[in-house]
Amino acid sequence: MIDSMEKHVEVTGKKDTRSGFGEGLHELGKINSNVVALCADLTGSLKMNAFEHDFPERFFQVGIAEANMMGIAAGMTVGGKIPFTGTFANFSTGRVYDQIRQSIAYSQKNVKICASHAGLTLGEDGATHQILEDIGMMKMLPNMAVIVPCDFNQTKQATIAIAEHEGPVYLRFGRPSVPIFTPADKKFEIGKADIILEGSDVSIIACGHLVWKAIEAAQQLAEQGIDAAVINMHTIKPLDEAAILATATKTGCVVTAEEHMLNGGLGDSVAQVLARHLPTPQEYVGVNDSFGESGTPDELMAKYGIDTKDVIEAAKRVIGRKK
Amino acid sequence: MEIKELERIASQTRRDIVRMVAAVNSGHPGGSLGCTDFLTVLYNHVMKHTPSPFSMDGIGEDIFYLSNGHISPVWYSTLARCGYFPVAELSTFRKLGGRLQGHPSTDKGLPGIRAASGSLGQGLSMAIGTAETKKLNGDNSLVYTLHGDGELQEGQIWEAAMYAAAKKIDNVIATIDFNGRQIDGDVDDVLSLGNLKQKWQAFGWEVLEMDGHNMQELIDTLSKAKSMTGQGKPICIIMTTEMGQGVDFMVGSHKWHGVAPNEEQLADALSQLEETLGDY
Repeated sequence: MIDSMEKHVEVTGKKDTRSGFGEGLHELGKINSNVVALCADLTGSLKMNAFEHDFPERFFQVGIAEANMMGIAAGMTVGGKIPFTGTFANFSTGRVYDQIRQSIAYSQKNVKICASHAGLTLGEDGATHQILEDIGMMKMLPNMAVIVPCDFNQTKQATIAIAEHEGPVYLRFGRPSVPIFTPADKKFEIGKADIILEGSDVSIIACGHLVWKAIEAAQQLAEQGIDAAVINMHTIKPLDEAAILATATKTGCVVTAEEHMLNGGLGDSVAQVLARHLPTPQEYVGVNDSFGESGTPDELMAKYGIDTKDVIEAAKRVIGRKK
Repeated sequence: MEIKELERIASQTRRDIVRMVAAVNSGHPGGSLGCTDFLTVLYNHVMKHTPSPFSMDGIGEDIFYLSNGHISPVWYSTLARCGYFPVAELSTFRKLGGRLQGHPSTDKGLPGIRAASGSLGQGLSMAIGTAETKKLNGDNSLVYTLHGDGELQEGQIWEAAMYAAAKKIDNVIATIDFNGRQIDGDVDDVLSLGNLKQKWQAFGWEVLEMDGHNMQELIDTLSKAKSMTGQGKPICIIMTTEMGQGVDFMVGSHKWHGVAPNEEQLADALSQLEETLGDY
């Protein structure tokens, strides 16, 4: 029996990740004069008001015309600007896939596609707005980096970090207020996973809002004598293969957890690494080939199987599959 | 540049186009031949640009985006004949491993290309973005685009058109290749554009018209368009052309939109186009 206190993670507050984006963007406005921001009529929702207020000459309101926004952003890179586009994840990806594919990814343009209200936790607006396919669409594009930070602090730091990365980036965050547990001043490193909790029985590899759920699951599993590691895989692409192989070697089984379809998400990426290098039992926590619906974020996470209890059950299942 | 000299370049470019397309039995000769005079005048008489060394950022240079990327043969020939890359490289068009992709792309590093195009309707937004950056940079050079008329059926064009007028993007000159043809037939039959001039005007653009096969008119109209920049309104030129211009059996028909001539047809076409600058 291990001590559950070993699984302590310090929580310093609670906030929405989109506010982390807003603060990071505002900070970038101060430190990098080439950063420009574009928004398609969702300035308040994306928390871009502070940037708009302090840097009006570098803020571009394009109206409800996301295809045009992506094209303008791509064009702005010619001449050295670093455009950050802001709208909901659904309108940042599915609505404009071809514009991103041709004008940004294939054209190798240095555009940062910043997407809020991703996944089910957008809540009451329902399935039209709850995109669960965006990670898959974006990670399939050559040249595109895909980043899904876990809390306010990390989203702020990731926003600042991607301005220094040459090439297109998809940055995905969300609407609900969630615990803050990463250090405020921790510099974000693209492609380098965070080990949140060490463990020896099972590896829980999660991204975005599911990182906190994974921590809760690890704490409850500890009370039952199961020692779970929690890895924050905030960068889906380029993927930290070394971190996956290291933890899978140690624990011998893996659970992936994400607020996304099982098809095309983080779990698929992890499974590819394991299948090639270290075949390992894996269970998936994610949405199984289904659209969402209206409801509160908590209700939806419970109903669609991406809650703490689902991570716990998956961990127990996968431990049972170890040889 | 003298009109006679421009005509010599255009004749050679038309030869390049039919030879490139025939060599790989694929590509789009019709629209390419139709836009040859325009691109010849634009690159050799109108635009301020530096072919070598090529700068992606194009600071202080006029920039051109080809939105209807399928007419890549005319653009490639124009760029090569201006000195962006060796003329001999035209022989690699559409061939494996080459920089002259079927539709223009940046990823093979071909000088002169700043964005991929081919999926239609995206070039105007791109141009507006670069125009915004030029304004931020205090760079008073201009951004030019070319669009097919069929391409205007894409919705993104009108999103961009609305933005440009609302935000006073007055350093963009967009030209429409108004040849009235698209793959499936006449534009009027496929999906009529209605009154195109009034549409652009209603969207808040200054609209000029020109004959795309009259060198003097091309020079004069583009010069007039330049003189109208910086006055708070984007500028659109509706350019009347004939698909297949310069080759008698191709002219005026949508059938040569995306079909290559066979050996006999190529010989016929070349007999109508004087070799002025030396074939590649």
